[in-house]
Amino acid sequence: MSTLKFIVKRLLISVVILFFVALIIYVLMRCLPTSYVEAIARQKSMQPGSKSFEEWMAQLNAAYGMDRGMVAGFFHWIGQALRGHFGDSWFYTVPVTQKFRETIWLSFVIGAIAMFFELIIAIPLGVIAARKQYSKTDYTISVLAVAGISLPTFFFASLLKLVFSVHLKWFDLFGLVGRNYEQLTALGKLLDKAHHLVLPIVTLVVISVGSLMRYTRTNMLEVLNADYIRTARAKGLSERKVIYRHAFRNTLIPLVTIVGGSLPGLFSGALITETLFSIPGIGLTSYNAMVAGDIPFSMFYLTFLAILTLLGNLISDILYAVVDPRVRLA
Amino acid sequence: MSKNKKLDIQNDFTPVTPDPDYILQVNALKKYFPIKGGIFSRTVGYVKAVDGVTFNLKRGSTMGLVGESGCGKTTTGRTILRLSGEKTGGQVLFNGREVYDLNTKEMRKLRTEMQIIFQDPFSSLSPRLPISEIIGEAVREHSIVPKEEFDDYIDQVMDNCGLQPFHKDRYPHEFSGGQRQRICIARALALNPEFIVCDEPVSALDVSIQAQIINLLNDLQEKYGLTYLFISHDLSVVEHISDTIGVMYLGSLVEYGKTEDIFKNPLHPYTKALFSAIPVPDPSVKMNRIVLEGSIPSPANPPAGCKFHTRCANCMERCKHETPVQREIEPGHFVHCHLYDGQGKTNEQEA
Repeated sequence: MSTLKFIVKRLLISVVILFFVALIIYVLMRCLPTSYVEAIARQKSMQPGSKSFEEWMAQLNAAYGMDRGMVAGFFHWIGQALRGHFGDSWFYTVPVTQKFRETIWLSFVIGAIAMFFELIIAIPLGVIAARKQYSKTDYTISVLAVAGISLPTFFFASLLKLVFSVHLKWFDLFGLVGRNYEQLTALGKLLDKAHHLVLPIVTLVVISVGSLMRYTRTNMLEVLNADYIRTARAKGLSERKVIYRHAFRNTLIPLVTIVGGSLPGLFSGALITETLFSIPGIGLTSYNAMVAGDIPFSMFYLTFLAILTLLGNLISDILYAVVDPRVRLA
Repeated sequence: MSKNKKLDIQNDFTPVTPDPDYILQVNALKKYFPIKGGIFSRTVGYVKAVDGVTFNLKRGSTMGLVGESGCGKTTTGRTILRLSGEKTGGQVLFNGREVYDLNTKEMRKLRTEMQIIFQDPFSSLSPRLPISEIIGEAVREHSIVPKEEFDDYIDQVMDNCGLQPFHKDRYPHEFSGGQRQRICIARALALNPEFIVCDEPVSALDVSIQAQIINLLNDLQEKYGLTYLFISHDLSVVEHISDTIGVMYLGSLVEYGKTEDIFKNPLHPYTKALFSAIPVPDPSVKMNRIVLEGSIPSPANPPAGCKFHTRCANCMERCKHETPVQREIEPGHFVHCHLYDGQGKTNEQEA
């Protein structure tokens, strides 16, 4: 009962937050120096025998609904959005939701695979590093983790491309499919895509594994030094039971919160990685839209991200209560 | 070469032979913790937490271990139970067997016979296990009772420690400090041990609860013939519960004997100072306190000779260079102090 009340309360607060987030995004989009309308108008007015730039501007502004002021424009957008009308993308010239549906699942698959590897690499490494604190193993793992955290995505991705695409020629430099994709069988097509996704996923995993590993290690260390671990040892339990039943279970709580909170992030796409590898997921699509000043698509995508973030926080709070019997949501 | 000298661990002692009279024989026990320093974390020195502790514990008796904070009482308790890694030197014979010679499997089996109750009942219980699991986990693990008797057994143990059966499904955070300490005792007791180290079991509790817990420990001892090593800095509690008392200073035992003997006739200057600090619940009594000068030296660099000489009112020249040997001043009453040179008998004379 109280859980339901808690969720309803949080959802109501989220709506208010969402309203202001959307407002800020809209204002920012309108203030961008790259205006889609302006670019089109300039292009059209360059054509021989065309109307003047000012006339094109007036006509296009009216056509794209940019003749409204910022506040009026925002309320118009939100009014339409509440009815589920997100309009057509200016840049892609298809309905925003259609473009979104076409690109989101690719990003989701990439994100899910990357997260799977992140979890099965980071958590065991964190536990090992904590159990052997200050040993050579611990230092090696920690140094690698910090290296992973510190590597900028674009640099690491370029490095991978240089080694594996340029020198070793194992992978294509970019793209989701190879040159002869159309001639392949169904299985061949799947394998072709998988082959092209190796480097992007490696990039994502290496970049993200470090922080989760550090987080696991820190939490595990805290638990391993707790008195009740000494109690468990004094009970004469096997070391495996001490570690997994007593220590790791208690480490899981903050971990579940972090991982659960990042689950909605699977839908947000990997903007930098997708752009670098030209993977037509939601990240690259939204990047192109934003660069072009495509207000309907950007508004939809950024508001969607805001909803995901709010949802992520809510999920992690609920999960916290699920894994920790001491926490009662209030 | 001076650096190396500091890192040398002296570990020469005369081994004791197992004596069936005693459940526990601790001989010249040492536990040093390395101090790491420098870029490559080399060992640059040791904190000598336990530095040559010797005593014997009779079956069914209680030994109190007293001393000021940081003197190594807790580490002594944990080192005896092999709970803080490997020992640095000396012997721990439990029922005549060297605890540190056992392999992992034998050690796990032995754990049921020697248990510990920790000082802080708030952090020593696994926070996400229900009470029945905390008490019962190891019972199942070591098959103390047959499966079908398991529930009854846990109920009975809980009842013995003043806990109700409906407490079983609750979590530690739902209990008060006194109840938690009862859970800790029940947990230790459930394994049917012979020997329990009570590591300041009442110092985290308020006074009325302290009395309850002490009485509980006394009752259980009578009922099951337990042996306690009772670590505390509360001398009145120790006087009440102990048969023998060991007084520790800076990792070493300075005096050891029967409770009456020690309270009636404290020999070591440190024991005298310690006992003079016991508060008397009568404002008209003028306490004759012996106030020690200075503070406790670092256990990483203890003073040469008698470790207490820097604060001792009776310090003589030889105290600064010569480590006093253990002397038996009256039967079963031992002291390490040069003041009693020529009195009683030393270990060597005995041998």
